Amino acid sequence: MNSSIDLIGILSAVAVLTGLGIGFGALLGVVSERFKREDNPLVEQIDALLPQTQCGQCGYPGCRPYAEAINQGDALNKCPPGGEATIHALADLLGRDPEPLDGEAQSEAKVAFIREAECIGCTKCIQACPVDAIIGAAKLMHTVIEDECTGCDLCLDPCPVDCIDMLPRSAPITQWQPVVAHSSNMIASDRQPASGVS
Amino acid sequence: MSELFIILVSTALVNNFVLVQFLGLCPFMGVSNKLESAMGMSLATTFVLTLASAASFVVYHGLLVPLDVTYLRTISFIVVIAAVVQFTEIMVRQLSPLLHQVLGIFLPLITTNCAVLGVALLSLNRELSFFHTTLYGLGAALGFSLILVLFAAMRERLAGADIPKPFQGAAIAMVTASLMSLAFLGFSGLVQG
Repeated sequence: MNSSIDLIGILSAVAVLTGLGIGFGALLGVVSERFKREDNPLVEQIDALLPQTQCGQCGYPGCRPYAEAINQGDALNKCPPGGEATIHALADLLGRDPEPLDGEAQSEAKVAFIREAECIGCTKCIQACPVDAIIGAAKLMHTVIEDECTGCDLCLDPCPVDCIDMLPRSAPITQWQPVVAHSSNMIASDRQPASGVS
Repeated sequence: MSELFIILVSTALVNNFVLVQFLGLCPFMGVSNKLESAMGMSLATTFVLTLASAASFVVYHGLLVPLDVTYLRTISFIVVIAAVVQFTEIMVRQLSPLLHQVLGIFLPLITTNCAVLGVALLSLNRELSFFHTTLYGLGAALGFSLILVLFAAMRERLAGADIPKPFQGAAIAMVTASLMSLAFLGFSGLVQG
């Protein structure tokens, strides 16, 4: 008798806890399905890969809007500050083919250069630089840290004396560039018949 | 009407769960570094506490008492609280992704906030009605929020204060908390019970 009462007690305890678990589980399932977030966590991941320079060279007002645009299907190759590395990381994440950097946006890597003799030390370009690549103090000349500069052009407009040039970036010493042999140009006389024929 | 007011004041100030009954000390110490996150945490805890005390009342009187398994109240209240916290997390994520990011791990950790379970169990001992239980939860939550925000504001001040080296960090926070607790003991006798 005593053991059968215990059995009922055990069974009802198990039933109550199971019922509670299933009931709340179902409720939470319904709620989470109902209030599913529209925005994609993918945007966060894309945004994390972008360089966060907020330079606007992609044509969007910042990195986050570009991340949303990529999520909507925009091209991956509009981010010059990120360069090849960012494009490959994005292509990996999204399972798309990496494309070369947008040719129209930036045919060659640029770097800002301040003509220091003309710089009046107004610090306006320092405030404009999204990556803090310009160093200098008020009324002292400024200069650009070439390694940090992303070539985004944002310092050109604020400069009151237009002393900033965008120069083609010289290849860093750490990166080997194959010497392209112009065999046809080696001997001046070799060139003549070819150009004459064409 | 005055009875409701007495319940609110007695749970929020006189029997404050953090400083008088010493429940829910982990978020009290953990989330009080910044005023902003303390405010978010107290909002989320208020919501969870009120809802959890109401839901556990329903589960206790609707399920456990009729089936004569009241000894299961602790574990079933934990299930109820976990479900309510999860519900809150879904709602916060939906309504304010920013707050969700600020609170981060502390939101799921409300589950282990002993004040939430404490309120559910203590209100049973007092044999309150459904409405009074909910009010009891709300009062406890208001008290918790008040303390958390006050303490966070104080700790923000402390961060800039010139504190002797052995007392810096957690030590001065503990000293401050104990002084606050002493101050709150001054409320005892304001309301009986």
